[in-house]
Amino acid sequence: MSWISNFLTSSLGKKLIMSLTGLFLITFLIVHLAGNLQLLIDDGGEAFNTYAHFMTNNGLIKFLSYGLYAFILIHIIQGILIALKNRGARASRYAVTNRKSNSFASRNMALLGLLVFFFLAVHMGDFWYKMKFTNELPMVAYAGIGVEVKDLYTRVNMAFQEWWLVAIYMLGLLALALHLWHGFQSAFHTLGLNHKKYTPFIKAVGKIYSIVIPIGFAIIPLYFFFLKN
Amino acid sequence: MKLTLKIWRQKNSQTKGKFEVHKIEATPEMSFLEMLDVLNEEIIEKKGEPFAFEHDCREGICGTCSMVINGQPHGPMALTTTCQLHMRHYKDGDTIVIEPFRANAFPVLKDLVVDRSAFDRIIQAGGFVSVSTGQAPDGNSILIEQDVARDAFDAASCIGCGACVAACPNASAMLFTSAKVSHLSLLPQGQVEGAKRVKKMVAQMDKEGFGNCSNTYACEAECPKGISVENIAKMNREYFSAMVSTSDK
Repeated sequence: MSWISNFLTSSLGKKLIMSLTGLFLITFLIVHLAGNLQLLIDDGGEAFNTYAHFMTNNGLIKFLSYGLYAFILIHIIQGILIALKNRGARASRYAVTNRKSNSFASRNMALLGLLVFFFLAVHMGDFWYKMKFTNELPMVAYAGIGVEVKDLYTRVNMAFQEWWLVAIYMLGLLALALHLWHGFQSAFHTLGLNHKKYTPFIKAVGKIYSIVIPIGFAIIPLYFFFLKN
Repeated sequence: MKLTLKIWRQKNSQTKGKFEVHKIEATPEMSFLEMLDVLNEEIIEKKGEPFAFEHDCREGICGTCSMVINGQPHGPMALTTTCQLHMRHYKDGDTIVIEPFRANAFPVLKDLVVDRSAFDRIIQAGGFVSVSTGQAPDGNSILIEQDVARDAFDAASCIGCGACVAACPNASAMLFTSAKVSHLSLLPQGQVEGAKRVKKMVAQMDKEGFGNCSNTYACEAECPKGISVENIAKMNREYFSAMVSTSDK
């Protein structure tokens, strides 16, 4: 099996791993946003809490979530290792650099990725950890399902009354938007998909995606902060 | 026009370098290298040590004139090598910072001269073409579609100057290596060894200590020959397919 380790540790193999895990995370964001937009339904949290109960108890979702954690970790660790190697490849720095030859996002993928990671730590500590590993959340019963479910909706509402947490979310989502701005089309390029025929389309979709998805997420904390008390 | 030059001075690869400031009187019709020639003559007249810089054809086809001018390999003009850059693009009173190409894989030998033999070793790793290509008329006897020939020629127009490495924030050699891989793998004479070649060239590229490509496309923006990053995507395709389809390790 030496060929496969040679393949995956080569510079191109490492990029392939970044690309595939990145594309998986891109599809995850759509699912995550679609689910979370239920927070905007004004029903006291029934739809969202029922959904959250399903997401934490369904066997298939649980199984997929381990894949998601693994992909997030691989993407982060691999990304840091690549960034360190790349920085090391030019020990003596330029006195002057030209910032017009590439984009801010493409130059700072590792930094933006780390910001997204810190945001993720805050985000998961607040909701995911409390939902899965503690009994802090109050229980609530709905007519739709037989069992009592954890009231994550109320926890979300409480959290987003804090202006500083909302500010962290806005900054985290801005970093995510910039990370996606470069990452989306870059992932396709790494897979070998770059051609005059379709690359303008991929780039356009990537730009729309990297604006629409973070705005979709940003609406949620802003909705609770300004409209729900 | 009066110019202030900040030029990199470095004795050899073992010592640390530093910038030296020189004033010079240049004329708009001079090429950038002629301006440096005048500076060196003035330094020699004062019994000083002239700056070492590389140059050969001075007509933009050999890829020798490596230097970074105000943060840009080959200076500010698109699709232009340093030797084809003229002083008319500068104005009186300008300060110009001139540095060598910086990358661990391109160690500075002296002043602005760097060792780019890593590129030669990448080419050598690719190996020979086993098909007898014959003389020029034999080449013309193999019919090649116009668009394939065009793409191969576009890739082959890489002069191996190293500006891609110099411009890349990661000092990656992907644009160079991919241009060479594409150019040969597009043509029937090069396709026989195509899979082996891409594996060996990528392995050698990694061995030389270039950084990883992160798709910033600074290489394409600064390439004096306009080599497209589509070649990098093509090399990725060739490499992935070679890795999963060839039987050797």
